[in-house]
Amino acid sequence: MEQFVGFALPGVPFGCTYALVAVCLVLTYQATGVFNFAFGAQAYASAFVFTYLTQYKNWSGWEAFLISVVVMGPAVGWLFDRLLFRHIANSNTIAKMVCSLALLVGIPSLLPVIFGNQNLDATATIAPFFNPNVVYFTLWGTPINGIYLSTVSVTVLVLVLLTILLRYTNLGLQMRAAVESRRLVQLDGVNGNGVVAVAWIVSSFMAGLAGVLFAPNFGAFQAQNYVTITVAAIAAAVWALLRSIPIAALVGVLIGVTTTVLQGYIPPDSFFNAAVVPALPFILIVVALLILPGMRSLDASRDPLATIDPPPPPMAAATRAPTMDRIIRVLWWILFGGFCVSMLTWIPGSFPAWTTVFNNGLTLSIVLLSITLITGMAGQLSLCQATLAGVGAFTAAQLANHLGLNLFVGGLIGAALAAIVAVILALLSLRLRGLGLALMTLAAALAFDATFFNETYITGGPQGVSIQGKWLGTSEFFNVNGHAMFLLALGTLVVAVVIVLLVRKGTVGRNLAAMRGSETATAGLGVNPTRQRILVFALSGAIAGIGGLLHSLEQQVVDPNAWNADFSLVLVVLVVTTSVTTVEGAIQAGVGFFVTEQILTTILPARIGASSLTVVLFAFGALTYAQHPEGVLEYQKRKGTARFERLFFSRGHPAGEAAPAEELAPAISTSHANG
Amino acid sequence: MVDPLLSLRGVCKSFGGIQAVSSITFDVAAGESLGLVGPNGAGKTTLFNCVCGQLRPETGDIVFDGSPLIGLPTYRRARLGIGRTYQKVEVFTDMSVRDHLMVAERARRGEGRLWRDLLNLSKPTTDEIERVDATLELVGITQLARTSVNALGLGHCRLVELARALATEPKILLADEPSSGLDLHETAEVAAVLRTVQRERGTAVLLVEHDLSMVAEVVDRTVVMDLGAMLAEGTFDEVMANPLVRDAYLGQMGLA
Repeated sequence: MEQFVGFALPGVPFGCTYALVAVCLVLTYQATGVFNFAFGAQAYASAFVFTYLTQYKNWSGWEAFLISVVVMGPAVGWLFDRLLFRHIANSNTIAKMVCSLALLVGIPSLLPVIFGNQNLDATATIAPFFNPNVVYFTLWGTPINGIYLSTVSVTVLVLVLLTILLRYTNLGLQMRAAVESRRLVQLDGVNGNGVVAVAWIVSSFMAGLAGVLFAPNFGAFQAQNYVTITVAAIAAAVWALLRSIPIAALVGVLIGVTTTVLQGYIPPDSFFNAAVVPALPFILIVVALLILPGMRSLDASRDPLATIDPPPPPMAAATRAPTMDRIIRVLWWILFGGFCVSMLTWIPGSFPAWTTVFNNGLTLSIVLLSITLITGMAGQLSLCQATLAGVGAFTAAQLANHLGLNLFVGGLIGAALAAIVAVILALLSLRLRGLGLALMTLAAALAFDATFFNETYITGGPQGVSIQGKWLGTSEFFNVNGHAMFLLALGTLVVAVVIVLLVRKGTVGRNLAAMRGSETATAGLGVNPTRQRILVFALSGAIAGIGGLLHSLEQQVVDPNAWNADFSLVLVVLVVTTSVTTVEGAIQAGVGFFVTEQILTTILPARIGASSLTVVLFAFGALTYAQHPEGVLEYQKRKGTARFERLFFSRGHPAGEAAPAEELAPAISTSHANG
Repeated sequence: MVDPLLSLRGVCKSFGGIQAVSSITFDVAAGESLGLVGPNGAGKTTLFNCVCGQLRPETGDIVFDGSPLIGLPTYRRARLGIGRTYQKVEVFTDMSVRDHLMVAERARRGEGRLWRDLLNLSKPTTDEIERVDATLELVGITQLARTSVNALGLGHCRLVELARALATEPKILLADEPSSGLDLHETAEVAAVLRTVQRERGTAVLLVEHDLSMVAEVVDRTVVMDLGAMLAEGTFDEVMANPLVRDAYLGQMGLA
C-alpha cells in the first residue's frame, strides 16, 4: 500500500493540471457547444509568456502571473468569443471544430513569430507562499515541494470557486440555460452573449492557470508537453460525457495518478513503459468513444431556433453565367499549360528552389485530396490523414530498404496498408459522427505517434528513413531532381483528381452527399451507410498513402515528425482555408502553402520563422471557415465572379451574394404564387 | 385469407421508465391505406421507428411481406419495400431535387459500387431519368427538379421528401405527419398524391396525421393510439364515434 501511494502521489500535480483543462473543455462545451481543442495551446501560450517574462525580463512571479494568466488568459477567451465563436454560434459542429483546430495550430506557431525562437527554462512558480526548491514535508516517501503544494492548492481553490459560481449564482443558472441556445435565452431577457462570454473568460483563465502550473513540473519548456496536457484533458472530458465538471476533474486527476503508478510498477526499459503508458490517454479516449452511448449523440443540433438561419451559399461554379464559365475554363487551361511548360523548361534551370516548392506543393495536394473526400464529400472530420500518409510512405520505404522492392510496387502496398488502417478506424467509429469521429481519429494519430512512429525499426529514428528516386526503377528517369519528379507528381495528382471527381459525380458521391444531409433518411431509402463510409475511408487512406510516399520522395526522406498528429491538424487547416469541397481547393492549399512559405522565406528576416508564419496565415484563413464553409478562395471567387459578371454581362449579383432564389429556380416563385 | 403486407404483433418499446409503445398489434394489407392517429406522445412516430429499424422494440414481431424485420438494419428494410417520410423534414442539404430522387432510385436496387464510379459507369440511364421524371410529375414538382432544396420552403421540402420515398417504389409508404407545417392548399396536394399512389401504384399507405379531415379523406381504416397503447381500430367514422377515442384523443372538445 505504501508503495502504491508512493507511486500515486507524484501524479497528483499532473492530474490537477489535466483536471483544470478538462473542466475548461466541459464548461465551454456546455455553455457554447464548442469543443475547444485550443485550450492546450492557450495553456502553452500563457506558460510561454510567463516563463519568457520571468526568465528574460526578470519580472517577479506575481507580475508575470498577472500579465500571462490574469490578464492574457481571460482577454484571449473574450477575444475568441467576441471575434470568432459568437459569430458561428449557430454553425454546425464541424465548423466549430475547424475553428478551434485552427487556433490550436495557429497559437503555438504565432509565439515564435512574435517572440522569436527562445530556449525557455520553466523554473518559476506563481505561488510565493511555497518555494519551489523547498521540500515542506514527505508523504509515503514522496517529497512535497513548493511546486506540488502550489499546483494542488490552486487547483482545489479554483474548482471550489467554479462550483460555487455554477451552482449557487444566477450567472451559473444562466450559463446552464444558454447551453440550448444563446438566442433562446435572450428571448427571456437574459444577455446570452454576455453569459457565454463569461464562460469563455473563466475557462480561458483556467487554461492559462493550468499552463503556468504545469510548466515547472518539467523544467525545460517544450511545446510537446502541452500536447500531453491537451490529450489527457480531452480523455477526462470525454469520460465526463462533456457534461459533468466534477467527473471531468476527477478523471483528470486519476489519469495523472494512473500514469505515475503504471510508470512505477512497470519496468522502465520495457515496451509497455515506452509505448503503453504514454498512450494511456489515447486508449482512454478510444475506449470511452466505443463504450459510452452518450458520445454518439453529441452533434445533435439543440438550438430550437436553428431553422431560422439562412441556407449556406451555393458554390461559385453554380452561380456563374455559362459564358463566364467558359472563359474561366479556358483561362485555367492556359494557366495550367503555361505552368507545365515552365516547369519543364526554364524554372528548373533558373529557379531550382521553385522546382522543389512546386513539386512539394503538388505532392502535398495529393494528401490533401484525401481530406476533400472525407470532409468535403462525406462531411466528416478526420484528424489522422498525415498518419495515413506516413503509413504509406514508411511501408514503401522499408520495403525498398529491406526487400529492395520497387517504389511503385511498395507504394501500392503502402497505399493498401494505409487503406486498411483507415478501414479499421472506420469500423471502430461506425457509430460516431462529427466530434466523436474527430476525437477517435485524433486519438489514433497520437497513438501512432507514441507507438509505431516512435519505433526505430519502423521509422529509422528521429532522422527518418531515407528514400531515393532510383528505387522507382532501374532507369534513372525518375531521378527526384528536375523534370522527372514533376512529371511523376503531376501525373499522380491528375489521376487522384480524376478519381475524386469520378467518385463525387458517381453513385457513392451522391450517397455521401445525401448522408451529409441526413444519414437517417439515406439509410431509410436503402443506402447502406456503413458500406459507403468504409469505401470513402479506404479510398481516402489509399490516396493519402500514395501522396505521403511521393511527398517523402520529393524530400528524399520519410520523416516521422513530418507525418505526426500535429501535421494532420495542419493539413485540415490548410485545405479548409482554400476549399474543402473542391479539388481545386486541395491543389491551391498544397501549392499555396509552399509558395507562401518560399515567398516569406525570401522576404522576411530569419528571426521570424517563415514556416510558422505560413501556418499562422493559413490558421487565420481557417478561422473564416464557419462564416464561409466553402473556403476563403471559393468565397473570393464567388465575389469576383459576381463583380466581373456585373461589369461585363449585366447579370451579376451583389458582391459575395448568392444568386437570388428565383434566378436559381424560376419555378419557386411561380409555385409560391400559385400556393 | 390473404397474408397482410405488414403485420405487427405485440410490439413494445420503452425509454427508461416510459412505455412509449405498449403491445401494439395490427395488420396492413397490400394496397390498403391505414391511418394511425392519436394525441402527441401517443407513440406513433416511435412505432414508425420500430418498423423502419431506427429503434429496436423490446418485444413483439414485425413481419413485412413474409419477412421478419426484427434484427434487420434500416437500409435492408427499405430495400424490402418500406418507404418513409419524416415528422421533422429530412432533406439532403445542398442537393437538387432531382438528385434526391436519383439517390432513392439507385438505393432501391442497392447500387453504390465504387468500381462503377471509378470506371465512369454511374451516369444516370434513360430508364432511371424517366422513372425519376415520372415521380416528380406524380408529386407535381417537375418544375423544381434542378432546384437545390436549400432554396425551398417547408411545403416543397415535404413534397420532395414524399417524392424521394416514392422513388424507391415502396410496397408501403409510412407518411409521418406529411401535412405538418403546410397550408390548406398544400395539404390537399399531399392528400391527392397519397390517394393517387395508393390507387395507381397499389402502394399501401400508413399515415400518421393530426389533420383529421385529411385522414378521413385518405384512409380506408384507422387505428387510434394513446399513451403507447391501441385504443380502437375500424373505419374512420367508427373510431371517431368511439367514446374512449373521443375522451382520450379529442378530450373536452370531443365530449362537447
